[in-house]
Amino acid sequence: MTPALKLTGLAKSFPVGKRLFGPPRAVVRAVQPVTLTVERGETLGIVGESGCGKSTLARMLVGLLEPSEGRIEIEGAPLDTADPAAFGRKIQYVFQDPVSSLNPRKTIRQIMEAPRRHLHGLGRAARAARIAEIFAAVNLREDFLDRYPHEFSGGQAQRIGIARALAADARILILDEPVSALDVSVQAQVLNLLADLKAEFGLTYLFISHDLAVVEAVSDRVAVLYFGAVVEVGPADRVFARPRHPYTRLLAESAPVVGRALTAPEAPETELPDPLNPPSGCAFRARCPRATAECGTVPPPLERQEDGVWLACYNPLPPTPPAEA
Amino acid sequence: MSFLRLLARNRLALAGLVVMAAVVVLALITPLLPLADPDVTNTADRFERPFGAAGLLGTDHLGRDLLSRLLHGTRLSLAVGFAAALIAATIGAAIGIVAGYYGGRIDNVIMRGVDMLMAFPYILLALAIVAALGPGLMNALIAVAAVNIPFFARNIRGVTVSIANREFVDAARLSGMGDARIILTEVLPNVIPVIVIAMSTTVGWMILETAGLSFLGLGSQPPQADLGSMLGEARSALISNPHTSIVPGAMILVIVMAINLLGDGVRDALDPRLKSGALSRPMPTTLVRRETPPPAPAADDAVLEIAGLKTEFHVRDRVYRAVGGVDLSLKPGECLGIIGESGSGKSVTALSVMGLVASPPGVITGGRVQFDGQDLIGAPYEVLRRMRGDRVAYIFQDPLSTLHPLYTVGAQLVEAVRAHHPTPRAEARAHAIELLRAVRIPNAESRIDSYPHELSGGMRQRVGIAMALANDPEVIIADEPTTALDVTVQAQILSLLDDLRRERGLAIVFITHDFGVVAQLCDRVAVMYAGRIVEAGPAAAILTAPAHPYTARLMACVPELGGGRRHLAAIPGLPPAVDRLPAGCAFAERCDKAQAACRQGDIPLVAHGPGRSVRCIAPEPAPEPAPDTVTEAAE
Repeated sequence: MTPALKLTGLAKSFPVGKRLFGPPRAVVRAVQPVTLTVERGETLGIVGESGCGKSTLARMLVGLLEPSEGRIEIEGAPLDTADPAAFGRKIQYVFQDPVSSLNPRKTIRQIMEAPRRHLHGLGRAARAARIAEIFAAVNLREDFLDRYPHEFSGGQAQRIGIARALAADARILILDEPVSALDVSVQAQVLNLLADLKAEFGLTYLFISHDLAVVEAVSDRVAVLYFGAVVEVGPADRVFARPRHPYTRLLAESAPVVGRALTAPEAPETELPDPLNPPSGCAFRARCPRATAECGTVPPPLERQEDGVWLACYNPLPPTPPAEA
Repeated sequence: MSFLRLLARNRLALAGLVVMAAVVVLALITPLLPLADPDVTNTADRFERPFGAAGLLGTDHLGRDLLSRLLHGTRLSLAVGFAAALIAATIGAAIGIVAGYYGGRIDNVIMRGVDMLMAFPYILLALAIVAALGPGLMNALIAVAAVNIPFFARNIRGVTVSIANREFVDAARLSGMGDARIILTEVLPNVIPVIVIAMSTTVGWMILETAGLSFLGLGSQPPQADLGSMLGEARSALISNPHTSIVPGAMILVIVMAINLLGDGVRDALDPRLKSGALSRPMPTTLVRRETPPPAPAADDAVLEIAGLKTEFHVRDRVYRAVGGVDLSLKPGECLGIIGESGSGKSVTALSVMGLVASPPGVITGGRVQFDGQDLIGAPYEVLRRMRGDRVAYIFQDPLSTLHPLYTVGAQLVEAVRAHHPTPRAEARAHAIELLRAVRIPNAESRIDSYPHELSGGMRQRVGIAMALANDPEVIIADEPTTALDVTVQAQILSLLDDLRRERGLAIVFITHDFGVVAQLCDRVAVMYAGRIVEAGPAAAILTAPAHPYTARLMACVPELGGGRRHLAAIPGLPPAVDRLPAGCAFAERCDKAQAACRQGDIPLVAHGPGRSVRCIAPEPAPEPAPDTVTEAAE
């Protein structure tokens, strides 16, 4: 079966210090060439810290940003960026901030009808029927349709954002930090709703978050991003429980967990690499306790290991047997 | 309509509206009034005084009826002024929206063109346009509209840029809308209030400018009357027959005053920043209106004791009970966690301690904050000012918005020290470097001269902590200090805070929504829900065996790292709005153990096991006191 989503060498650079004429002063590589596949019906989690390029990656996938290089294949068909509406029918996006992603001057009905009308050209009656179905699926009352966005709480607004993405009938959803603006009790409601919808409609998710525990709880596989590059991809139940890349281990050890003593996993003077002046070789080299001379030469390629994990590291942590976890 | 009601609250704007409405109605019905022909000359009756035989306002230098000319002139001036405003707003807004929406090179080329237009003095530009097109009212209108286009273009462009980058525009694009449709249905409705505001404040100007051109003889041509040409013709008789100048002059004054007052009112009513009260200056301390005498201080060793604290927000006719009777005490060297969801009142509790809740709308309506032997609620501003940052310091969530962007971090640290302890500048600077070292900022000697934007988020928060430490306070109140930070940076900041409190014996109130953070850092924890503490006690004991159903359910719905893929135990429903709190337990609505008794009366916070208390009539049973099972999580 063809994968739902296949990225080959997808990269994005932003010019810095634009001039009216001539080339920009410098170029920042927000996303290094990324190669990933997402199988149908799978949830691929993407974690990384701020500035690691996860939102840039997501925006390229839905055509909101033009990739600098590489290609995107959706369900086997390569997508050209010429027609944004063509993206809309295949792949949709759920935004981080539920309130700012709804136009304050439109009713929920107008917001919900836009994808039905512009992507599918449906008539009024057909639209209304489908919207009612979707609203039932996300547990929202139909009388919400005639209200304005400011009347809703964050959790309700995020359900509306999810409902809008579903209204496009796309089978792939890019979820960009969909719960990070929500309180924990509401966050759990929305995460459970996403899991139910996935089973009901046979969706494929790309779930982006900075919260390791949330990503682990919803994903089948997890890709860890650092400085615009994928450093580790593996099954969700394994990536943080038994990390192989030193950065993944640093992330896992930094997350505050009940019952674990507070330790500083790093020396305080460590600084993140400067995007304007990227280090040679592995970007994590300066923070890595296992760095060797080899790490300073060329960036390590992402390679499949014997235990099925993809790693971009010259000196990975040894695989540990599952019994230890 | 709420807009009219908002407008009517501004008395001057209402007066402007009434006057303007009267003038517009008069102008509209002028042709229907039994007036003399404004253009018929009668030199025999020239310069008749007002209230005489020749009409109410007399006649001008050609014996024409002034009242008739005034009303016809007003009609013309208003029409030209409004038309110019409408044309300028339409063209200017179109330019601004296109430039702001597309951005990049299009924006650059358009806006540089607009800048060039703005580089000319506007009256010179208008004169040049009229000179090129020839005098005449129509050409004056074109000139006035043209010179005002840049103002609208620049204003609207700025607003459009911020709207075009909002997520709902991306969402519209993903819904299959094209650029033209997005501009018309998504951007324009959000820009229209700004256009209206800009128009309402410039219409007066445009009437004045048209009158100016007519005054110079470049606008309306004789015998046609408009207010400017009437003034121009009356100029030669200013001394001998002042009424011919005063009549049109007074009308211009009335119109422009009324429009400007109305315009200010429209702006105030429409501008969301003004509506939210962001521009109203809060008082230096929170308003205190205690309805009951504060409880007596408990004589114990607490460094900070909060008893029965009630803080409310009074917004028009609604009362939001943000904090509804909170009791907390903090011992020296202790770290107390306050955990809760947004709106639970945890931040307001912390801000109330030093009277930092913005008033209006905040009011402290009850309780006592005992610190250093005195009650801080209702303490004079000078007392609080001396304590703020010196004895009790705050660390806030976003260090980028708490540090001043135009001063170096060193200058801000020096200021924090010198505000309380007059020390020589060099000495304060040395102290500042020491502080930066204490918060483990590498290369403190050079970092001290950095501006906040030159530091990473983690480094900025270290500066925020250094500033809190500047005067060796007894108590630090940290309000979600690591929420905006990445996990690896959060771990560093938490361990830094932990080291500092052990080195310096600091007492910390740590506000968070993260149980992991509480477990790692805090000795005791208080769980807040809907403005009240529902459970308090030693952190380790509560986290291993929560007694209140809310604590237990909240902990269960947070995924914990290492648990793998799973269905989460969500809490259905939402927290209650604090302006409509139910009777009894605020959590009863969402609690699966709720009984009839939960929904009535006041449920007290009762002791529950060693050092613990819970506000529930059916808590989980208290665990047997077995000290060896309770491991100290912070160790």
